Amino acid sequence: MKVHVDEDRCCGAGSCVLRAPEVFDQRDEDGIVVLLDAAPPADRHAAVREAADVCPASAIEVRGDA
Amino acid sequence: MSAPTRVLVVGASAAGLATAEALRRKGYGGALTLLGAEPHAPYDRPPLSKQVLRGDWEPGRSRLRAPEALAALDADLLLGDPAVALSPADRAVRTASGRELGADVVVVATGVRPRTLPGQAGLAGAHVLRTLDDALALRADLLAARRVVVVGDGVLGAEAAATARALGRAVTLVGPQRAPLEARLGPVPAALLARLHAEQGVDLRPGAAVRGLAGRGGRVTGVRLASGEELPADTVVVAVGSAPATEWLAGSGLRVDDGLVCDSRCRAAEGVYAAGDVARWHHEGLGGLLRLENRTNATEQAAAVAGNVLGADRPYTPVPFLWTDQFATKVQVYGVPAPEDVLTVVEGDPAGGRFVALYHRDGTATGVLGWNMPKQARAHRREVADALSSPSPSPAPADR
Repeated sequence: MKVHVDEDRCCGAGSCVLRAPEVFDQRDEDGIVVLLDAAPPADRHAAVREAADVCPASAIEVRGDA
Repeated sequence: MSAPTRVLVVGASAAGLATAEALRRKGYGGALTLLGAEPHAPYDRPPLSKQVLRGDWEPGRSRLRAPEALAALDADLLLGDPAVALSPADRAVRTASGRELGADVVVVATGVRPRTLPGQAGLAGAHVLRTLDDALALRADLLAARRVVVVGDGVLGAEAAATARALGRAVTLVGPQRAPLEARLGPVPAALLARLHAEQGVDLRPGAAVRGLAGRGGRVTGVRLASGEELPADTVVVAVGSAPATEWLAGSGLRVDDGLVCDSRCRAAEGVYAAGDVARWHHEGLGGLLRLENRTNATEQAAAVAGNVLGADRPYTPVPFLWTDQFATKVQVYGVPAPEDVLTVVEGDPAGGRFVALYHRDGTATGVLGWNMPKQARAHRREVADALSSPSPSPAPADR
């Protein structure tokens, strides 16, 4: 699995951090997403997919099944 | 009910798309139909009043998913064909073009429609802002506008005013409150927003009741106030709230009262659910019916509905969240604070333009306000979540 984030789309809601705090964080100064792990291990895939789906700005893209 | 094999989602915007995605994510492998009233593939609405209206994004960027991602959903995407009737007993939906669609489960995600002002119909230069087409039509007028009046001092009106001002137009923001978003944020943050708009050159007309629009030769010429005054304008944005798109449910027998009324599982009837702006459901934590018009609710409620469609039988008790970006300021709100709740700054400093504040009522946290501190505001979300996750001791909400 490869994770990509689009900082320009991000609205700083932090929904991703609530679901997958090992993979996503937010910048202190403006809340924009910080990708901690662009290739997360398998046990985090479900949480990352959910984070991508619920992102209110569609700023997270997930590629690959494994 | 046995596991559904045919699910029909009525509405192909954020909530409808998210319902379809959540169903697949949770393992649903049956037939899936997504019916949309607009001709466009699912797109996102929050950027319409900001990035799209400013012209920072070309319109296509507002799409919610790439074509490959939509195809991977393995759903029938029927666009440009509004639903016109629902028969809950057999979950049959009729569309404007004459389609008859049947399903085991119907999810209603038809959203809301903007309200308009007396005299607005057919008047050139007078705009609502809900759809992508609305945004593009408004942008075209804004680029040539000399005097813009925005009617409505809620989130959408304030954002539209900020964007029009950022485009260099002369902008007047008129509304009934003492300051923008006062009913949502309370008086202190609303006053800060008013100051922000004033500093950026927006002419604020608070406490003003609008009677209607004035026009000549089919084109808007101004906004009429109840005081008798007329604010001249060649472009008017009407952002006076919206109403749930439930006309098509008339005669269905379903309870419609400021939205499609649902139980705590977001279920309106056996096999009929609702998600997003149109859904008014029983929030067990708040102890009453709630309808939220915000972007995060669309996806979160969709996920809850998908789970319940598949048998989860779980109440939906979210921490409501809204954000608004106006000029360079980012405001975030968790919870549903009342304007009279007590506001206490817990981080940062309002004078410095960055702070987090908590709302309290009777010793209970009712909300979090972030002002240019999104991450720090989220860190306080838990305090509101705890208050909302347990069933409320307040009286039964059945017929509120």
